[in-house]
Amino acid sequence: MRARIPYKSWAIAICALLLGTAASAADTIKVGVLHSLSGTMAISETTLKDTVLMMIDEQNKKGGLLGKKLEAVVVDPASNWPLFAEKASELLEKDKVAVVFGCWTSVSRKSVLPVFEKDNGLLFYPVQYEGEESSKNVIYTGAAPNQQAIPAVDYLMKEVGVKRWVLEGTDYVYPRTTNKILEAYLKLKGVNDQDILINYTPFGFSDWTAEVAKIKAFGSAGKKTAVVSTINGDANVPFYKELGNQKISAEDIPVVAFSVGEEELSGLDTKPLIGHLAAWNYFMSINTPLNKEWIAKWHAFTKNPKRTFNDPMEAHVIGFQLWVKAVEKAGTTDPEKVIAALPGLEVANLTGSMAKVLPNHHITKPVYIGEVRGDGQFDVVWKTTVAIPGEAWSHYLPGSKDIEADWVSLKCGNYNTKTKVCSGQNYK
Amino acid sequence: MHAAFGRRLENKPERSMTSMLWAARLLGALTLVAALLGSVVARAAGDQLLLPLMQRLPAADYAEKQELIQQLVQTGDPRVRPILAALLDGSLLSRAGDNRVFLLKSSSGKLRDALSGADAGSLSAEELTKIGVNNQLRKSLRVALAQFDLADPDTAVRLAAVKEMLRAPDPAVLSALRARVQEEKDASVRREMESGLALADLDSDDAARRLAAIGALSGNLNPEVFNRLSAMVELSADGNPVEADASVRAAAVSALRAIDRARTFYAGVQTLLFGLSQGSILVLAAIGLAITFGVMGVINMAHGELMMVGAYTTYVVQQAMPDHVGASILVAIPAAFLVSGAVGVAIERGIVRFLYGRPLETLLATFGVSLLLQQAVRDIFSANNRSVITPQWLSGSLEINEALAITYNHLYIIFFTLAIFFLLLLVLRRTRFGLEVRAVAQNRAMAKAMGVRTEWIDALTFGMGSGIAGMAGVALSQLTNVGPNLGQSYIVDSFMVVVFGGVGNLWGTQLGGNALGVVNKLLEPVSGAVLAKIFVLVFLILFIQRRPRGLFPQKGRVAEG
Repeated sequence: MRARIPYKSWAIAICALLLGTAASAADTIKVGVLHSLSGTMAISETTLKDTVLMMIDEQNKKGGLLGKKLEAVVVDPASNWPLFAEKASELLEKDKVAVVFGCWTSVSRKSVLPVFEKDNGLLFYPVQYEGEESSKNVIYTGAAPNQQAIPAVDYLMKEVGVKRWVLEGTDYVYPRTTNKILEAYLKLKGVNDQDILINYTPFGFSDWTAEVAKIKAFGSAGKKTAVVSTINGDANVPFYKELGNQKISAEDIPVVAFSVGEEELSGLDTKPLIGHLAAWNYFMSINTPLNKEWIAKWHAFTKNPKRTFNDPMEAHVIGFQLWVKAVEKAGTTDPEKVIAALPGLEVANLTGSMAKVLPNHHITKPVYIGEVRGDGQFDVVWKTTVAIPGEAWSHYLPGSKDIEADWVSLKCGNYNTKTKVCSGQNYK
Repeated sequence: MHAAFGRRLENKPERSMTSMLWAARLLGALTLVAALLGSVVARAAGDQLLLPLMQRLPAADYAEKQELIQQLVQTGDPRVRPILAALLDGSLLSRAGDNRVFLLKSSSGKLRDALSGADAGSLSAEELTKIGVNNQLRKSLRVALAQFDLADPDTAVRLAAVKEMLRAPDPAVLSALRARVQEEKDASVRREMESGLALADLDSDDAARRLAAIGALSGNLNPEVFNRLSAMVELSADGNPVEADASVRAAAVSALRAIDRARTFYAGVQTLLFGLSQGSILVLAAIGLAITFGVMGVINMAHGELMMVGAYTTYVVQQAMPDHVGASILVAIPAAFLVSGAVGVAIERGIVRFLYGRPLETLLATFGVSLLLQQAVRDIFSANNRSVITPQWLSGSLEINEALAITYNHLYIIFFTLAIFFLLLLVLRRTRFGLEVRAVAQNRAMAKAMGVRTEWIDALTFGMGSGIAGMAGVALSQLTNVGPNLGQSYIVDSFMVVVFGGVGNLWGTQLGGNALGVVNKLLEPVSGAVLAKIFVLVFLILFIQRRPRGLFPQKGRVAEG
């Protein structure tokens, strides 16, 4: 902390110096893009940067916003979590961007959170995450656990008749929190301790032989078994390869993944994976006119008809449209007023139903369960009838049961309904 | 009409012979017509049964489809098999307007009518929808297909069919098996059928049959057998044993004990094999380093990237020969050796040779090279991982029995590592080049005085170490992601193995790598993968404290130099 103080005052001094230049560039609205373009997360995040650029291009073709053109400010935090915070404050304090679209991993979001709260910025976060958070300055356009993990487990329990569960994850905050919620949920539904196996592996794990053999042994106890995978990043490829090699088919032990989408499968031979499941709020294969229209736009923008479109990209498309609506409603790009204008706004999801911003800064989303096809796309085998509202705080964890987030009436992201205290991110 | 004509003929007795002939002919013709009509009627009746079922298929939900499949199977119509097979592999399509069902003839995109098999031309993709299936449906489809295959003339097909059916041994499946078991000629297929039926007999009301079933199942390592037998010896909710008969219970207990012993033994063998395969990967990654670091004393931080270059070479070779995926790996091995070797020689000639005797600077310079190589790969191939296809002969696993299986890729890597290791030993021990390498490593000045071109040998040795790293990259491309970060994940492991085994000792690298692999796999089930790795590293730190020169330290003058 001590090292930060001179840095801050230094930044303020620079800001003061740059005031003149900022004034001259005031005829554009700056939009920050905070996605890793190098390092391990580049695989997933690069397409998100392109999505935001496409949206800006699209908006400028319509004549911009509030009579001004939009201008993208792209920075590269290089998959380096502390660098995310540095780049975020650069965007907010030096470039004075009106809004930031960014982050993928939860650890990067946690890293930029204090910066956004201090500078009162606005971040649109597009990825499914573990919940247990609601910030005034963040709009969570990805799924909360009740919009992805819980419905997926429900599907397996009711439709597939799964009795035994392997919770397999990469060793970091998102899988650990999600698995904690899932474990509490499964136990609530009457699953015994010995029917749950929780296992973690490091980032980039590649020698899956023993782990998969363990899953196979656990799954041969006579009860229908499924694997709930929160394995993240490249470790998925050798994991699925090993499943194929050890002949674990989706018909015997299905694997439902929360972080494997079209983009991740595009680097993989999907023949041995046919039938394995993924739970998302969007699939490229869903046949709606709006979805087709956006995929066509994406292919035209990237000049590559083979590029995949995925769930976090849809979240950015929705988030960007929501931001545009909020700015038009507020008549300004001042984050404070835009944040106040956001709750209650609606735009269409690409696959039908509406995405509505809730007072807890999450949005409503439909949930789909898809089975992997031979061509790397998904066949939807189950979906919710209505869009599910995102819950910031899980009902299934003892600590967060009584917590409520409401930025409209309570003005609090962390309000304890029992003690009537707003702790943490409190602004009033 | 024919009959009337016959009667008229009968009126003329002198033609009775001819008339009898006519009558016989007529009778034959009539029978033929009747037979033809009969088959048409039967087919029409079959159509009558099948058609409504088929019509309902496109719009049905998954539960309904499940029922429809059962009904289709029960018709016993041979035309059902290709329809179900098409449904399984996703080539059963329906026309949007009238729910007419077509089969898609593979690749060509030609349509056939599902029932008549007649060519139905082609329709645009918009008009057709695929009839979707999910996992549960796929499983029952496989079982349904297996019932058709029970009568297949090929033994292997029958065996596979029986195994498939035993995945879901419901009463319908079992009665189908029971009907076939007497007709089955092949002993292995018959044994499989009988063990399936014995499993069903465990539920029989007759204690003698249960006892006989346990006898038939003893020594069977199928997990289903173990589960069913364990369920028999457990206590039910009211405190009484599930199995009422004491002698049956005793037989079940002893059968369980035998199965348990066998399973423990095979589990041990499996862990050992897993350990050796991981050890082989470690050795493979480290063996090139054992040359550059061990023999030459160069701390080459770009070693991992040389493996990455090898992996990308595999990818390029595979792109160049897309029709021969199986052979591409074999071509890639020498190609990767040459490419990585050439990069290695370039590094040695361009950088390392100016820095001999200055380990810190070498370390920094080669670290820079590693970053350069990574970025080069990002610029050429993009930051995304490239997918290297695993050829058929490398995928799948060798099932020794129900409790012991090893995947082919790991099996081949164990052999591949051994082959490279002994080849390298041979080169170093038995060739002139190897002699010169060792001479230069031991005493550079003396070797030079004896007429060895030391600079030349330095470059070639470094190139050889790099080339071996490239070959390791080919193997790694089958196990892990081919991406710019591939090298980084193996560089620490490589140094770990070389230091543990004893710098400069190839046998040390071999034994050290395998020991670390086995220890890691022994720990993994107990502590989890994350802790296992930590334990191994802590153990290594302590070990190096006690024995700084590793398992097999170099002795004599070389060690002091």
